[in-house]
Amino acid sequence: MAETGRLRQAVTAPIVSPVTLLRVAIILGVLALWESLAHSGWLYRDVVPSLLSIGRALATLLTDRNYYFNLGVTAAEISAALAIGGMAGLLVGLLLGANRFLSKAFEPYLYYLGPTPKIIFFPVMIMWFGVGSESKVALGTLSCFFPVALNVAAGMRQIDQVLIRVGKSFRASTAQMVLKIYLPAMRHPIINGMRLGFGFALIGTLLAETKLSNKGIGFLIIQTYSVFDMPGMYAMLIVLFVLAIGANSLIGKLGGLENIKRN
Amino acid sequence: MTIDASGVHPSNRSYAAPLVGFGSFIVSVLLVEVLIRVGLLNRYIIPLPSEIAASFGRLFLEENIVHRFIFTASECLTAGVMITVCGVFIGVLMQRFSLLQKACETWVAAFASAPLVLTYPLFMVIFGRNAWTIIMIGFFAALPPVILKTIEGISSTRKVLVNVGRSFKLTATQQFWKILFPAALPTIFVGVRLGLIFALINIVGTEFLINFGGLGQLINDLAERYDLAGTYAAICFVILVSVLFFMVLEKAERWLRPVD
Repeated sequence: MAETGRLRQAVTAPIVSPVTLLRVAIILGVLALWESLAHSGWLYRDVVPSLLSIGRALATLLTDRNYYFNLGVTAAEISAALAIGGMAGLLVGLLLGANRFLSKAFEPYLYYLGPTPKIIFFPVMIMWFGVGSESKVALGTLSCFFPVALNVAAGMRQIDQVLIRVGKSFRASTAQMVLKIYLPAMRHPIINGMRLGFGFALIGTLLAETKLSNKGIGFLIIQTYSVFDMPGMYAMLIVLFVLAIGANSLIGKLGGLENIKRN
Repeated sequence: MTIDASGVHPSNRSYAAPLVGFGSFIVSVLLVEVLIRVGLLNRYIIPLPSEIAASFGRLFLEENIVHRFIFTASECLTAGVMITVCGVFIGVLMQRFSLLQKACETWVAAFASAPLVLTYPLFMVIFGRNAWTIIMIGFFAALPPVILKTIEGISSTRKVLVNVGRSFKLTATQQFWKILFPAALPTIFVGVRLGLIFALINIVGTEFLINFGGLGQLINDLAERYDLAGTYAAICFVILVSVLFFMVLEKAERWLRPVD
């Protein structure tokens, strides 16, 4: 009986859901609108290039060795920023989360400094670290530090008190408490903080590259602007957005964040 | 009068932590001043904090910082009005048509996490090097939280309120303006608050990057002139403005939040 019901459901259910159909319709509509705008002559030539020329630019970009060199430079800068800023954020977050007094004394400063625009610190970073990659890493580090520290501190305060009491009843040392209780219990807030930190480090590093650099993806983007290579700029932004969103969801998957949402 | 076991009055204890925080800040500023004066820190890289404090007056008298602040504030206000009108409209539309919501909500969320400010060269090509480039970047970066919070606010309206509206036989428009919108207003404001913060960050950042406009351009100008104390003072001013902005929005949100 149950089998028959399931079969009937399978027969009556549409092959493509209405949501998917609407999504496809929206995408096709946007592409059609884009193409007609490109050929309309309403905007300056190449401000909205044709889809074909963007596709061609995308193919050229993906086969260009120079692009991969610059991608490597940016990836290395972002990784360094995430490692330094993430580590510093983790340590400060653990300290503030573990001590209520320190949290009350210093956390408001982090909380209010967190949302300030970090790019304005770039002149200071140039003075401190020079015009090379170091200043980009420093800006990425600064951008990444705040979300990681605030997330870890908040996550630490949300640890189940039972787990802490279990650790204490086993007379665990501070190092054991951190390694066996705090860090495993805070896996999700840490990964979430790292994910946010990655986004901020990426923006900070790339913006710094667009402002003053001679290598990296930010430099390539501003180069395409200087020579008015609009299809190239669109191609570069598309690849960058795909990479950024992909890396973001990868960090989330590695940390099992999707499982929490499902539960 | 209550005094706890440690012999400290509770009200004194509540002030102790913020005092330690503020005291540490003052001590670190003084320490930097001393380290620069004894030559352990290079004053051509880090200016004396006393010089930074003294250059604030110059920012007001010579660099027209008030006018620049008004310029940046007006860009934020324009972007704020645009995100409120467009964000609430799109949010209501998406909530009204569930198919549209199912199809597009994840896209809006992905759009929120996209590094949109990196497209500023594209905006410069489309709008030119003027205030509209800055406003439009602020607008697009700040739109997603308003849309998402509008959907959340209207969807989470208490059933009792909706039923009261039905029992009074309200029309769909009346139901929206008299029940759904007022009930969703605190949540919508959370979205507007987040949006305004994103807008401010992106607006000041873009001003700095394209060297046009108010406070962001001032920092760029001073740095290019190698006016170290002025650059640091301008950065402090921007931090102060964004912290105050953040605090005011938080107070407004608390004021709007219903009492449980």
